[in-house]
Amino acid sequence: MFTYYLRLAWISIIRHWGLSLVMICAIGLGIGAAMTTITVNYLMSANPIPHKSEQLFFVQLDSWDVNEPFDEGVNPPDQLTYTDSTNLMKANKAFRQNVQAQAYGVIEPDDSDLLPINVSARANSADFFTMFDVPFIYGSAWSQQSDIAKEQVIVLSKKINDQIFGGEDSVGKTIKFDNNIFKIIGVIDHWQPKPRFYDITTGAFNESEDVFVPFSLIAEEKVRRSGNTNCWKPSGDGMAAFLAGECIWTQFWVELKSEQEKQDYMTFLNAYVEEQKQYGRFERPLNNRLSNVMQWLENQEVVADDARMMMAMSLMFLTVCLLNTIGLLLAKFLGKAPEIGLRQALGASKATLFSQYMIESACIGFAGGLLGLGLSFLGLIGIENLYGDYMQGLATLDITMMTFAIVLALVCTVIAGIYPTWRACNISPAQQLKSQ
Amino acid sequence: MLETGLIIRALMRNKIGALLIALQIALTMTIIVNAIFMIQDRQSQMLRVSGVDEENTFYLTNTIFGQDYNIQAALQTDLNTLRKMPGVVDAIQINAIPLSGGGWSSGVQTEAGEDKDSIGTAIYMVDDHAINTLGLELIAGENFSATDIQWRKSGQSTWPDKVIVTKALALSLFPDDWQSALGKTVFISQNQTIQIIGILKQLQAPWNGWDGVERSMLVPFQMESKGSRLFIRTEPGKRDQLMPLVEKTLAENDKGRIIGRLRSMEETRERSYQRHNATNKILTTVVITLTIITGFGIVGLAIFSINRRTKQIGTRRALGATRWQIMRYFMVENLLISVVGILIGCVGAVSLNMWLVKTFNLAPINIELILFGVTTLLIVGQLAVLYPARKASLISPATATRTV
Repeated sequence: MFTYYLRLAWISIIRHWGLSLVMICAIGLGIGAAMTTITVNYLMSANPIPHKSEQLFFVQLDSWDVNEPFDEGVNPPDQLTYTDSTNLMKANKAFRQNVQAQAYGVIEPDDSDLLPINVSARANSADFFTMFDVPFIYGSAWSQQSDIAKEQVIVLSKKINDQIFGGEDSVGKTIKFDNNIFKIIGVIDHWQPKPRFYDITTGAFNESEDVFVPFSLIAEEKVRRSGNTNCWKPSGDGMAAFLAGECIWTQFWVELKSEQEKQDYMTFLNAYVEEQKQYGRFERPLNNRLSNVMQWLENQEVVADDARMMMAMSLMFLTVCLLNTIGLLLAKFLGKAPEIGLRQALGASKATLFSQYMIESACIGFAGGLLGLGLSFLGLIGIENLYGDYMQGLATLDITMMTFAIVLALVCTVIAGIYPTWRACNISPAQQLKSQ
Repeated sequence: MLETGLIIRALMRNKIGALLIALQIALTMTIIVNAIFMIQDRQSQMLRVSGVDEENTFYLTNTIFGQDYNIQAALQTDLNTLRKMPGVVDAIQINAIPLSGGGWSSGVQTEAGEDKDSIGTAIYMVDDHAINTLGLELIAGENFSATDIQWRKSGQSTWPDKVIVTKALALSLFPDDWQSALGKTVFISQNQTIQIIGILKQLQAPWNGWDGVERSMLVPFQMESKGSRLFIRTEPGKRDQLMPLVEKTLAENDKGRIIGRLRSMEETRERSYQRHNATNKILTTVVITLTIITGFGIVGLAIFSINRRTKQIGTRRALGATRWQIMRYFMVENLLISVVGILIGCVGAVSLNMWLVKTFNLAPINIELILFGVTTLLIVGQLAVLYPARKASLISPATATRTV
């Protein structure tokens, strides 16, 4: 029976091909627009580290100006001072902990044929790699001992290792980074969490770094830091004064395995701030925060306003397309009143008629869904071209989203088809037959 | 309009069909009015000028890695080389680029002290060639002299004693009269004094989304830093041919550093407003497709209702109705539906705008746009119904005598 109805639907769609085309195009455009923006939002709000996003916490302490709160008092500062993050590091109260900042430098390859290259760097602690599941091709992370001893060790990205060493195992070799000799201790595989949750302050969708070096080398002035620096109080001249000052430029992550550990860590943070108050720091009320990955992404509004606005618009767009479809289906099915009357007179039950016309709606929905899928591919390519770096790699349709597109189209058209079908089934046969 | 009552009664027999078109028109109106509003908002932001001679300027980064490097001497050599190059108007070292998104800011206040209000401003560290190189217009006071320029060590916290500010910053500091700012002493870093010696017509900050984007300050500093930017202005039309030449000359003169990231100001502007531009293009596409879809919806429904009424139309024609009267019937019918839709649409447009204002801090919509939406949709509705109505008017009176 199903294939018979499919055939009937096919005949009906072909007979009114103009009308069917308008419906299919409308649904296709609606689904295309909706899917394009839903995909961008979906990828922007994706969980970059699903299996442990609940165990990684970003630490915030309110060390700001007593006269003028940070972020108008909505949130505590988004980074920590050097003093606080090194103190927390030394306290070593979490299961794992990582202090980090963005850095940069110049690599001078030994091979004189190669030109020196500007690289982006991350200055971080040993635990960074295990906490964030960074995949290694060669070697491994440095040890906590290396952090403390301020050893000049470096982990290269696959890109840099390919560029300088042609992809060979370079572990154990040395490299000249900003005029200092660093020992290569590991090479990581391509690693690009999206969003780049571990450092939102320098761009949630930026590329991950070229090289990784111990954070402790910043204080030694062997690594040049970059990224955002925000000060509420002027500090004195020179590196030592800057490090001791009230400037926020470091980020601190901890890994805590249970709710209990989280509570304990919070207690510890509060106690730490109370202790610091004795030195005349932290004059603001206690306002410390531990946010897990998803909370942190939400707090930092990683999903851009533009993207959200666009999604709202495209959902309304889809609604218009569906209203259009309801209207057209209604017209089409009511136009078939004589035929329906005849079929009813010949003994077709309402249920039969209902399923027949629902199948016809679903066919149109399916065709519209396919068209919409094609259009969303184009839409995403368009978005990637239009937005450039900002949306790079965000515009891809995975299997989930493709299925979702088809299901969305089917569900929408079936819902849109219910009312017209119901009206069509309630046509009184006698009247239709009489008028013929 | 004798038949209006008749049309309404006929419409009432197919309420849902008419209501669906009306709703569709209402939603379309809601969306296009707000989309056009957002497009205009972005466009007006993109039209703001930076104050810089964008057509003839470019910049590059200079990253020093050599050991025992004399930064001060090297910078002087670079600037001398650049300023002497044929086709180059002038060149400076600068810490940040307008519109680029990355830069320095600081608070300036008219009274000293930790608890006094300060006004944020972008800081450009430059020498006495800045006004000429950037192509700025000095509207009051004077430029720095060569002796005003100081060397700034990395991490230095003290400031030089003279600065040049933009008119917008002068106005924020002295709201009563921006001209009175000239010669005044104000405070930076809460209590260090600086004197305003000149006022610029315009120079934008590096951040285009900042509400203080017009507030900038020139500070007479040359930076003794291993990473800096050089900014170059060329004679009109020579920029593109000079960019690779400058890169090559600088790179070959001195091998202890990397010259990189050459970028023209035009490209910087394009990148700076890339998202604005992209969003605008998408919104424009939405507006156009939506209008087309609504138009086609009207066409489809009209054709169907005409097909159903073929016999009645034939009868009317047989009873003496002219072609024009038949056309008019369907056009008035569409007008009635459109008016209902547009009325709902006005409410919708304003509500959506209120939501946008609340959620995304947009400005409230203006009445002209709503009127524009009303007119557009009325015209679209009438145009869409024109073809089906004409088809209806061509139905021959003889149809009335035939059975379908």
